[in-house]
Amino acid sequence: MHNEIQSTHLRDLLSTICDPEIPVLTLQDLGVLRDVSLEDDEVTVLITPTYSGCPAVDAMSRDIESTLNAAGYEHVKVRQVLSPAWSTDWMSDEGRKKLLAYGIAPPLRKESGCNNHKGAHIACPQCNSERVKRISEFGSTACKALYQCRDCLEPFDYFKCI
Amino acid sequence: MKEYTTEIRNMVVAYCIALGDDSLTLGHRLSEWSSNAPFLEEDLALTNVALDLIGRARMFYTYAGELEGGGRSEDDIAYLRDCREYRNFLINELPIGDFAQTMARQLIVDVYDMGFFTELTRSTDSTLAAIASKAVKESRYHLRRSKDWVIRLGDGTDESHQRMQTAINTLWDYVPELFAMPADEQLLLDAGIAVDRSALKYVWQSTIDEILHRATLEIPTGNHSIEGGREGIHTEHLGFLLTELQYLQRAYPGLQW
Repeated sequence: MHNEIQSTHLRDLLSTICDPEIPVLTLQDLGVLRDVSLEDDEVTVLITPTYSGCPAVDAMSRDIESTLNAAGYEHVKVRQVLSPAWSTDWMSDEGRKKLLAYGIAPPLRKESGCNNHKGAHIACPQCNSERVKRISEFGSTACKALYQCRDCLEPFDYFKCI
Repeated sequence: MKEYTTEIRNMVVAYCIALGDDSLTLGHRLSEWSSNAPFLEEDLALTNVALDLIGRARMFYTYAGELEGGGRSEDDIAYLRDCREYRNFLINELPIGDFAQTMARQLIVDVYDMGFFTELTRSTDSTLAAIASKAVKESRYHLRRSKDWVIRLGDGTDESHQRMQTAINTLWDYVPELFAMPADEQLLLDAGIAVDRSALKYVWQSTIDEILHRATLEIPTGNHSIEGGREGIHTEHLGFLLTELQYLQRAYPGLQW
């Protein structure tokens, strides 16, 4: 029982940590937290990297360590698990809403044809128009593509579906 | 991590390092476009692809170091080996050339990577399979880009067409190496760990033929082959690449950010 309470406490602490690149999303929203466990006095946190070269992953590991250290857990190990590979389908509904409010079009669901990338169902986060065009396969980071709305003309980032 | 015999383990380590070398050398080449690309979006795109490739190299090197058990880190493997210890395919170390040559190489490698990593996801080595399943997702959008560019430039102006054709011709002799299987890799294939690269040729060729056709480019007919990367025999270009890549660690051993 004691362990269960502690593990809930650990999860609560971890759920407050934000993505370093997109600070409106927590690691929980992104779906990168796989597991947390406590053995003796060592906490092991398993995370799944989003993109192979994403520099945010190193920052996430550091943030996890420092957050748990500050809460009194001295021995923290963050390990990356590669399998199964992270997918944008793991992003929570809450996370999708936050992204949209932040001005980033959330990733399409995989079943809705994430691979066709014709921009058919991607909506402008400003005016909600689906008349959008892709400017570039990459936006401000590897995980996003740059789009423009044909109606309100605003350029915007689309979080790519992988 | 899997339990291997010493012989197999050493071969898997070498296999991981070769795959890491492919990603690192090409990633480094792409990073040379940083602030030099034709326009801002392209600059971001090229360096983001570089980032994916370097990330891929990190995963292969890290795993190689763990398997080896001798305490070598990803950085040790990247920074402290000389040319003859690098095992990348020669095509990855060639200079970036003009934009056409850069995109032609990306196309050749992206089509190859799609086939290779799709197969590697079925490896009996679960770490290799996991790295592959990440890589294949990324190669999919890398390919979307390189294919678009090759078609756009090939089927573009006289100048862009001619440059793209020259690029394809220049790189063509480096293609056979991608599908040649050395003996060690054959043993790993028999153990269910490695990919049969020779079997990837057919799909690669038909995909490339179709793209070059749409790009109004001619498919080179020569069957000359320049090989040696997997044995550590390189072009003169790798030395210059490593000089730049490794400078800081060579000048200030052990330096950390």
